[in-house]
Amino acid sequence: MRKKSSLDIYYHAMLFPGTVMLIIFSIIPMFGLIMAFQKFSPVYGIFGSPFVGLYNFKTLFFRSPNTMQVIFNTVYISVAKILLGLIIPVVFALLLNECRVHWFKRSMQTIVYLPNFLSWVIVAAMFSHIFSVTGIVNSMLLFFGLKEPIMFMASNIWFRPIVILTDVWKNFGFSAVIYIAAITGIDLNLYEAADIDGASRWQKVKYVTLPGILPTIILMATLSLGNVLNAGFDQIFNMYNPVVYQTGDILDTLVYRIGLVNMQYSLGTAVGLFKSIISIILIFLSYKLADKYAGYRIF
Amino acid sequence: MRKNKISMTDIIISIILIGITITCLVPILNTISISLSDRVSAGLGKVYVWPINFTIAPYEEILKDKQFFTSFLVSIFRVLLGGVINVFFCITMAYPLSKDVKAFRAKNMYMWFLVFTMLFNGGLVPSYLLVQNLGLVDSIWALVLPGAVPVFSIILLMNYFKSIPSSLEEAALMDGANPFYIMWKIFVPLAKPAIAVITLFAVVGHWNAFFDGLIYINTPGKYPLQTYIQTLSVSIDYQNINSLSPQDLMKQMAISDLTFNSAKVVVSMIPILLIYPLLQRYFVTGIIMGAVKE
Repeated sequence: MRKKSSLDIYYHAMLFPGTVMLIIFSIIPMFGLIMAFQKFSPVYGIFGSPFVGLYNFKTLFFRSPNTMQVIFNTVYISVAKILLGLIIPVVFALLLNECRVHWFKRSMQTIVYLPNFLSWVIVAAMFSHIFSVTGIVNSMLLFFGLKEPIMFMASNIWFRPIVILTDVWKNFGFSAVIYIAAITGIDLNLYEAADIDGASRWQKVKYVTLPGILPTIILMATLSLGNVLNAGFDQIFNMYNPVVYQTGDILDTLVYRIGLVNMQYSLGTAVGLFKSIISIILIFLSYKLADKYAGYRIF
Repeated sequence: MRKNKISMTDIIISIILIGITITCLVPILNTISISLSDRVSAGLGKVYVWPINFTIAPYEEILKDKQFFTSFLVSIFRVLLGGVINVFFCITMAYPLSKDVKAFRAKNMYMWFLVFTMLFNGGLVPSYLLVQNLGLVDSIWALVLPGAVPVFSIILLMNYFKSIPSSLEEAALMDGANPFYIMWKIFVPLAKPAIAVITLFAVVGHWNAFFDGLIYINTPGKYPLQTYIQTLSVSIDYQNINSLSPQDLMKQMAISDLTFNSAKVVVSMIPILLIYPLLQRYFVTGIIMGAVKE
């Protein structure tokens, strides 16, 4: 068909501007990764800076005592977020499904979705007040007999739990959307059949609802594997401070401080590259698993 | 189905749900209450979810704060400009990609390219140096161009375009319409719900972004709102935390700009709250469209 293929030229023309933008802002920075193997200096640029092989990576892993701790913090925080970020929305969706009063359900959804749309700047500012020495958490603890206020945001014991819980606070409601949708998709006949068999409420949850949304749960779980090194830059950046670097510093914040604050461009790029490589492996693995167990493909 | 009997389980479930809802509201109410209370009560931590010694003084102060106003306008401008740019690239990329491989042979090549750019990236430092070398630093373009092509939204819109019957397109082609016309006059009007979704993704993303403003903008007068608030609120609490006793810190907090800063946080939430009914409706649709594909 001559006519049809002549449309190709239009399609290429439509895609042209976007492709150019992606080449400039996504592909060109990839070449910048070469910096990780250089002793980069802005004066000489990418083409003039001397190559140093794996020097930056050796600095990172053998000469910086913090690196391992930062990797540990990253994985610790993100795994906790992933686990709670799966469990709590599922539980919430199940509870919501058990609630039969329609307006009540509606207004609850309206409220719990809201935090998702606030920026981390705002949320961090709110929680900094709430957990500050004069915040409402300390006020309540003092009321219940605590002697000294706790400096939550400057405590290496409390920082990680607070980061994890505030993340759950912000995201659980909206993450539940997908499970609520999945529950709506369950065949009502199954519930009727269960009723006829005399199933109790709990049995219906266990044998109808949960199995009904299990594919969705598995899909979300496998896809979240790709995020194991993403502990949430925006959040940590807005909540941490030098006192809690020991427990709260993550790879992304390290890249920022090394790369942009200390302007050690090569070392910062090396940290970033290390993170990207591991993440890409995890993403591929997660897509493979998602395809295998949930029949999911990106396109 | 008439089940009016309220069991113990119903009560327990309702209580848990109400508890969850309250947990979601308390931090927001607390911030609003602080912003409406007098400085000393707020600083001493007496304010919970209701203002003490009600005052709107902080809000009057905001009206006089020139920097806040400028940043607010920068953010509005950024949302409009960035939103238009994002939606433009979404439509022009999603439309051709919604075609069948038979109709557009290079389709898969472009798809792999898109997915590649979604999965791999150069990271923070190279991107920063690129924006610097392009001479975009300190300009609004540094905030809207690097993220101009949102791949996730493109895939979402593409899937929506695919669901539009191809007979419409074939009929228009018969009549001699070219693909630009078909895209603009047939597909875009039919895809309004999906375009609303990606527009709102873009709006919320641009309104909430703070980090690009922080690294690419050097003149505080050009900061978008979130960046401005970030520079305020994060620095108050911890500057001298090591050298201060809790009591001193408490005193310092009492005279700090806590109420003023809370008011700024509240005002910056207002645009999101205003469009929240839209957000709730379309984001839910969008998330479901993105995750559940036929």
